[in-house]
Amino acid sequence: MPWVLWIPALIALALVVLPVVGLLVRTDLGRLPSLIVSSTSLTALRLSLETAAISTLACIVLGVPLAIVLARSRFRGLRVLRAVVLLPLVLPPVVGGLALLYLLGRKGFLGYLLQVTAGVQIPFTTTAVIIAQTFVAMPFLVVSLEGALRNSGDAYEQVAATLGARPWTVFRRVTVPLLLPALGSGAVLSFARALGEFGATITFAGSLDGVTRTLPLAVYTEAESDIDSAVALSLLLIVVAVVVIAVARPRALDQVGGAERLR
Amino acid sequence: MGDGREKSHVTLHVEVELVRGSFELEVEFDVAAGSVLAILGPNGSGKSSLLGSLSGLLRPHRATISFGGRPLHDLPPHDRAVGLLSQDPLLFPHLSAVDNVAFAPRSKGAGRARAREIAHRWLAEVDAAQLADRKPAQLSGGQAQRVAIARALAGEPDLLLLDEPLAALDVDAAPAIRGLLRRVLAANDTRATVLVTHDPLDALALADQVLVLSAGRVVERGPTREVLSAPRTAFTARIAGLNLITGTAVDEGLRAEDGRLIAGMPARDAALGEPAVAVFAPSAVAVYPADDGHPGSPRNTIGTVVTALEPYGSVVRLRTEAGLTADLTPAAVADLRLEPGTPVQLSIKATTVTVHPAAAP
Repeated sequence: MPWVLWIPALIALALVVLPVVGLLVRTDLGRLPSLIVSSTSLTALRLSLETAAISTLACIVLGVPLAIVLARSRFRGLRVLRAVVLLPLVLPPVVGGLALLYLLGRKGFLGYLLQVTAGVQIPFTTTAVIIAQTFVAMPFLVVSLEGALRNSGDAYEQVAATLGARPWTVFRRVTVPLLLPALGSGAVLSFARALGEFGATITFAGSLDGVTRTLPLAVYTEAESDIDSAVALSLLLIVVAVVVIAVARPRALDQVGGAERLR
Repeated sequence: MGDGREKSHVTLHVEVELVRGSFELEVEFDVAAGSVLAILGPNGSGKSSLLGSLSGLLRPHRATISFGGRPLHDLPPHDRAVGLLSQDPLLFPHLSAVDNVAFAPRSKGAGRARAREIAHRWLAEVDAAQLADRKPAQLSGGQAQRVAIARALAGEPDLLLLDEPLAALDVDAAPAIRGLLRRVLAANDTRATVLVTHDPLDALALADQVLVLSAGRVVERGPTREVLSAPRTAFTARIAGLNLITGTAVDEGLRAEDGRLIAGMPARDAALGEPAVAVFAPSAVAVYPADDGHPGSPRNTIGTVVTALEPYGSVVRLRTEAGLTADLTPAAVADLRLEPGTPVQLSIKATTVTVHPAAAP
C-alpha cells in the first residue's frame, strides 16, 4: 500500500469523526441529563424504536420473498424490476414521501379507496411513519440478500431437490438457513436506515408529537426553539446508532454472507 | 462384481434429445438395476447436460426416461428417487454430517429420530461414523465426500448419479473413495448407477459398461474393459485407449492369467490375491527388435508380433498379437522397419504400470 493513501484516508476519517466531536463539544453537560430524560425526548425515542422495529419486520416479511424472486426466477423484464427496487435508494426521501402522499393521501387513488371503503385514513398516523420507513429501508435488505443469493448460487437447493425435498422444504431447510447471515446484516442496515428516516416521514406523516414525531423529527423541531435540547436528542441518536453498529458488527461490515461459503 | 451375479430385469431406460445454441445432444441407453454405466467424454461432450436431464434439474427438449417401466421424465427432481453425487460434496454448511445424511429420509417423511438412525447407519457404512457431529467446515475433502456418498445413498435412490465424484480429491484421498464407491455400488442390485467421468481409470474401477460421448453423440459403447482395451474408434482410443492385463494382484504387481508376472505399482485400493488388472498407457510401451537381447532396466519384456499400425494424430499406434498397443513416432516406425508380421519385444517400465482391483468381468 502506498503511504500517500494515508492522507485522503485520514481526511475521510476526520470527516466522519470530527462532526460528532463538534456536537459533543457543543453539549451543555449540566442540562444534558434532564434534557435526555425529558418527556419529549423519551416519547420520541420510544416512537422511533417501535416504528423502526416494525418497519424492519415488514422489510423482512416482504423483502426476503422479493429478494428470492429477483435472484431465482427468470422472466422478461426482470432486469427492469431489479432497477425499480433500487428506486427508494436513489430517490431523495422527500420525493418518496410526496409520492406516498399522492398514493395513500386523501387525493391519492388508493387512499381515496381506503377512505371510502374502509374509512381508513393513513397519512399523518403512526402507520404512515412505518410505511415511509419501510419504503426507504427495504432496498437495503433486498440488495444485500439478493447479492448473497446470487453469490452462493442454487447448487445446494438443487442437491436438496434430488434428495427428495419439495420446494417448500427446500426453502425452509436450505434457502432460509443459508441466508441467515446476510439476513442479519440486511436487517441491521434496514433498522438503521428506518431509525434515521426524516424526509419521507415529515412529508407523508407530518410531525405530530407522540404520533409521528420520531427522534430525527424531534431534533429538527427542537433545533428551531431550543438548540441545547436538539443537541441532546442528537446525542441520543448517536448512542442508539453506536449500539446498533456494536451489535451488528462484524456481520454488517463483511456483508456478503455467501462469500464465506465459497471459501 | 464379476461374480456372475444374476442381474434383475429392472432397467433404467433413457432417451434424451437436447438443443442448446449450436450444441445438440442425442443419446439413448439402458442400465440394468445393479449395474453401473460410465459415460466417458471430454469437457463439452454433453455429459453434464445428460446427467441434468436424468436428475430433472434440466429439462431437455424431448426425453423418455423410465425406471422399471415407471416414467420419470415428467416428474420434478424431488419425485424421481435419484441420488446425486458431484465432485463438490455440497454438504449443507449449516447442518452437521449426520443431519446432512438424514436430510433425504426426513424429506421422504421419516421422523427426526428415525431419520437420524438411518443416517448413523449410512455413516457407519462409509466409515464415517466418528464424523457424525462435525460441521462440513470441519471435514477434509475426502471426509466430506464420504459423508456426501452416505447422504446420496440414504435416500435409497433407484437411480444414483455420480458426476466426476473423484475429480476434486487429492491423490491421497481419491483411491480410498474409489474403493468405497466400489464397495457400496457392488452391495446393491436394485439400483441403476450412471457415472460421468473423463478418467478411464474411474470407469475401469467402477463401471460394468461404458458409453463414450463426443459432441453430444454416442461414439462407442460396450463392456468397460473391452471398450478401454480395444477401442473401435480413434476418438475412444485417444481419450481412453489403455493396455489392460487381467490377473491377480501380487506383491510385485500382477500375476497374469497366463502365469506371467507383470511388475507394477499396486493402486492404494488393490488387495493382494484379489482379481486385478494391470493398466498402462500405450505411450508407456517401448518397442525393440526381437533379436536385441535384454533391452535394459524395464522389468516387463513381452515378445510378440506386430498385427497393425494405425496413425492417431501425430503418433502411430502399434497393435500386437499379445493384445497390447504402443504409441510410436512415425520416425521410430521407419527406423525399426515395423510392419504387420514383424516380431518385436515390448518393454514397459514397472513404474508406469498400475495394478487396480478388477471391476467388470
